Amino acid sequence: MSSTTTVKTAPAARPVRSVDRWYPLRRSAEAVLAPLVALVTAAALFSIFLLFLGASPVDFIDLVWRGAFGSWFSIQNTVQRASPLLLTALCVAIPAQLGLVIIGGEAAVVLGGLAATVAALPLVNTSPIIVWAAMAVAGSAMGAAWITLSGWLRARLNVNEVIASLVLSYIGLALFNHFVEGLLRDPASLNKPSTYGIGDQNMLGNVPWLDLHPGLPVGVLACVLCWVLIYRTSFGFAARVTGGNMRAAQLQGLPVTKLILVACAIGGGCAGLAGAIEVAAEYGRANASLDAGYGYTGILIAFLARFNPLTIIPMAILLGGLGAADGLLQRRMDLPDATIQVLQGLIFVLILASDTLYGRVRWFQPRGDA
Amino acid sequence: MPVTTPDANALSRSLSRRRLLQGTAGAASLAAVGLPGQSAEAAKTLTVGFIYVGPKDDYGYNQAHAEAAAMVKKMPGVKVVEEERVPETDAVSKSMESMIQLDGATLLFPTSFGYFDPYMLKTATKYKDIQFRHCGGLWTDKDPMNTGSYFGYIGMCQYLNGIAAAHATKSKKIGFVAAKPIPQVLVNVNSFTLGARSVDPTITTSVIFTGEWSMPVKEAEATNSLIGQGIDVITCHVDGPKVIMETAERRGIYTCGYHADQSKLAPKGYLTGAEWNWITVYKQFINDAQAGKPIPNFTRGGLAEGFVKMSAYGPALSAAGRKNVDAVKAEIMKGGYSVFKGPLKDNKGTIVIPAGKALPETAIELESCNYLVEGVVGSIA
Repeated sequence: MSSTTTVKTAPAARPVRSVDRWYPLRRSAEAVLAPLVALVTAAALFSIFLLFLGASPVDFIDLVWRGAFGSWFSIQNTVQRASPLLLTALCVAIPAQLGLVIIGGEAAVVLGGLAATVAALPLVNTSPIIVWAAMAVAGSAMGAAWITLSGWLRARLNVNEVIASLVLSYIGLALFNHFVEGLLRDPASLNKPSTYGIGDQNMLGNVPWLDLHPGLPVGVLACVLCWVLIYRTSFGFAARVTGGNMRAAQLQGLPVTKLILVACAIGGGCAGLAGAIEVAAEYGRANASLDAGYGYTGILIAFLARFNPLTIIPMAILLGGLGAADGLLQRRMDLPDATIQVLQGLIFVLILASDTLYGRVRWFQPRGDA
Repeated sequence: MPVTTPDANALSRSLSRRRLLQGTAGAASLAAVGLPGQSAEAAKTLTVGFIYVGPKDDYGYNQAHAEAAAMVKKMPGVKVVEEERVPETDAVSKSMESMIQLDGATLLFPTSFGYFDPYMLKTATKYKDIQFRHCGGLWTDKDPMNTGSYFGYIGMCQYLNGIAAAHATKSKKIGFVAAKPIPQVLVNVNSFTLGARSVDPTITTSVIFTGEWSMPVKEAEATNSLIGQGIDVITCHVDGPKVIMETAERRGIYTCGYHADQSKLAPKGYLTGAEWNWITVYKQFINDAQAGKPIPNFTRGGLAEGFVKMSAYGPALSAAGRKNVDAVKAEIMKGGYSVFKGPLKDNKGTIVIPAGKALPETAIELESCNYLVEGVVGSIA
């Protein structure tokens, strides 16, 4: 209690709150600055690596800038690459609120894409709106079901979800290949086995004026909604409490099993939706192109974002930008593709290490007497 | 058999327009507008882009293209830009656009099969003045005229591999590690088997499908498992034959290469190999582009056309084996040679090619091949 307050202290709560009014903002600043420090450190270490290779770090940074953000084309290239990653990162970040590490998003993407295609096929001659709705529902439902399976194994049988989701993702990919190369294969797709197509008229067009498909706005919207869910609803609160200490949450009477299943369903639904969008906007049919590693890159992004759905957006753009610049680096500096992977690895390790910075700097901490 | 475009003028017009856009020097623009004959000399450097699905040094599919690209680099007036490990997703559209927008590339070779539809076709519709040529033989006259395909009949080389294998095997069992049971791969498995059985009809080929174009762990497992079954010569059709060749060499069996020259990986056991020779195609296309001539939309060729070639013989191949391979190769070079001849049964006993019918390498039927011939141990499903 503040020393200025009188005996009748009812309003005292207000000054305390007002002192602390900027804390959420500072907390956000901390969340931005810590990874920035890590990025700068990674860039510095990587420059040393480049000097050993005999390449110029200045050229490198210049090319990354030009390839990722330097022109309107580059910016669109970057965000287009980021858009499926937003959704696959959520597949990791939402279950992570409960302390679960789900790494099987890749299977949710491909099976979501496959389910979306199957749902679309009988409807190709109706209207595109119906087709898209069916694809979105089928894709998310499939992804949700697949990831929920890992959650169920964890909640009911106490199977480690890391192993379960990883092993299930191999099974999912095998199932996907089995259907695409067998039962659902369009016999005309000779050397690249694919399902039947959803038809050109049902393809998702680009966002007006931009060379971007609607995956980007959908992904950003999903991140925002998930942020609201996690930080502004009682479900999110219960999930975070469970993540803090699952046994304690159980003792408090929180429906932990239900929370796990719902969180896995939401995450898996996002990844499945990513697969559905890829089919509707890019391929028009399900084939091996869906298995492009979006699910795995999503894991990286979710960890980089410390599982905060809003932070996923800049992190996905960062990795999208590195992907966009990769080609230019190969072409101009004659660097192998693995160079970018070295940089990604450095960034990953340093951002994880930067976790230890949180709470160390007083300025970011809550102030006041409360 | 190159199929040239009917409207050659339109293409050379688009070439000129492209040069105009590019040209900073007035002289270059002048030459491009008025004197098409001299435009090749006066024009700016031709920038050619190559895109690979895997690493350039995979000892396989991608290396075969990258080796040709390295030769293209030495051609006068040509600048080469390359990108490796580009997946068959929208990423390849972006790589192509990036090469066009940021590097000024005007002739693009996206080399992986899955780049064609929809990525290359979509990008080509957007950039009508840029030429796209895709490796794989998928182009039809319904596709944009600034796109095209090139491919080689490498099955013939696998047939020759089979002959070499037949001379080396003692167990009369040979092996094949295959990626996916698609027509191109099946033609190779069948050709290899038919080649071996043309020498000794008791030879069988055991085949394992890994299900993936590049999955080194499974490929090594498959190789070991085949060796366990008693095979003593192996070949393959996966993107990067590296681990297969190395594993086979370590286990002391013979190898026949595929895609590129793998003799370095298996110096003792390497008999010969089926290789692409893409420089033939690239040189032709680039010469056409530099001369302001239209680039063919559809080109295919085999041994005779120099689209494919055989590796130099390894020390393990006997003199008799070399003589046999040389003799058949000479026959193939004359043209019209058929590996698939009726009556031909599949490995379930069904007649797949009736008596009296022969399919040369150019036969359209081979492009939908969906069987394994008699003598292959394994199944597609």
